[in-house]
Amino acid sequence: MNIGEILLNLWEKSGFAAATWQNYVMLLIGCVLLYLAIVKKFEPLLLCGIAFGCILTNLPMANMYHQELWTAFMNKEIGYGEIMKSGGLLDFFYIGVKTSIYPCLIFMGVGAMTDFGPLLSNPKSLLLGAAAQMGVFAAFVGAIALGFSGPQAASIGIIGGADGPTAIFLTSKLAPELLGAIAVAAYSYMALIPLIQPPFMKLLTTKEQRKIKMEQTRKVSKAEKIVFPVAVTLFVALLLPDTAPLIGCLMLGNLAKETGVTDRLSDTMQNALMNIVTILLSISVGATMVGSNFLTAETLKIVVLGVVAFILSTCGGLLVGVLMCKLTKGKINPLIGSAGVSAVPMAARVANKEGQKANPANFLLMHAMGPNVAGVIGSAIAAGFLLSIFGA
Amino acid sequence: MENITLGQGGILALLGYAMVFVGLILLMVLTIILGKFFMAIAKKDAAPASAKQEETPAPVVDAPTAPGAAGQLKLYNVEPKTAAMVMAIVADKMGKPINELRFLSIKEVAE
Repeated sequence: MNIGEILLNLWEKSGFAAATWQNYVMLLIGCVLLYLAIVKKFEPLLLCGIAFGCILTNLPMANMYHQELWTAFMNKEIGYGEIMKSGGLLDFFYIGVKTSIYPCLIFMGVGAMTDFGPLLSNPKSLLLGAAAQMGVFAAFVGAIALGFSGPQAASIGIIGGADGPTAIFLTSKLAPELLGAIAVAAYSYMALIPLIQPPFMKLLTTKEQRKIKMEQTRKVSKAEKIVFPVAVTLFVALLLPDTAPLIGCLMLGNLAKETGVTDRLSDTMQNALMNIVTILLSISVGATMVGSNFLTAETLKIVVLGVVAFILSTCGGLLVGVLMCKLTKGKINPLIGSAGVSAVPMAARVANKEGQKANPANFLLMHAMGPNVAGVIGSAIAAGFLLSIFGA
Repeated sequence: MENITLGQGGILALLGYAMVFVGLILLMVLTIILGKFFMAIAKKDAAPASAKQEETPAPVVDAPTAPGAAGQLKLYNVEPKTAAMVMAIVADKMGKPINELRFLSIKEVAE
């Protein structure tokens, strides 16, 4: 028994010896993302998990996530059975993404936390939610121009919807190889909304328009709030059946909140379930950030297209906001259009803040919540459309 | 549809954007109809209630505290009219709604 041989054997079996330069770069990226989440507070609830998932998946010889299994799965060479047999911990977690369980459950929680009252009292908000999907389709065209395939371009475009679960839902179905990059771009830009949006809000609106005080909206009855989620589910799911899982879960969560007879369920959806799924979703998404997949020119293109999508979505909402302001002779503050990009409630808060900068007595938050939740429905419809075109 | 040309992509993008608009405009119409329906029901419910109130004179009771009011206000040598004016001026000067302020008492200070 030679000590030297034992030590050499130990070294050869260690991760240090097996790690490639991509592993080290990805571990570093994981640490940078952790820094952004913890110190800079960029969507920490999700980014923390994504960053740690990235670190875990890039540990050599840990066998927590197997990219090759999922590639074989995508090529229909193996099924879930083989993944259950040969997969690691993160492969098991990732099944929830692949089957769309996590994004849908997150949407359920989002629904249970959403008040559609501002939207119901001012249905015109839905137009702003639609307008703010401009970035989705502009980035889609941009991605095609940069050489991405149709399904990949659709997944990149949906970053402009500023809706994490929708982006993950669509990407896991159309272009799972881009999931890590798209999720990181989507959540990072959502966290950067207070920096991204204000310059364009100032550019596309006048100070006089930003000063506009909006009238108080009407009171919405409880019955109306209960009927709304059922009506939306029936209508949207019949129009675009591919949106049914997302819209169905969103509205089920909202129904549980509004009925008043399922408080326990609503509480679970908003808190316990949401937290558990957030942990699993974030780690699974981080797990897809395998060096060989992530360290490519495509990731850089996705990062650029993502920010373009966000900016154009903001501009789309603002431009229709300005149009509505002119048509209503100054009754609508165009700033609320920027909230149509979803990112609930961050975008609405930014609209409120910019309104108060122009006029300290201006309270736009409730008015901006209308387009904000309309944006969630709008991005789900956009995702449904893209899925119906490019889905199998 | 795996690989598409830029032209096809542009057409799909326009179609998709239009689809989102159509979907949400239809939803807007549905929401407006729902809103009108529920407002009509609320008006219908309110009408017989107010008619009933007119038929039977309300019993004379102490007026209830206004919603949002923070208890009773004590007046010392001050007319209620003057007190109301003072409270309105204070609220205006502070730039706050009157129901968010709490007045405990108003007293005339003799020189």
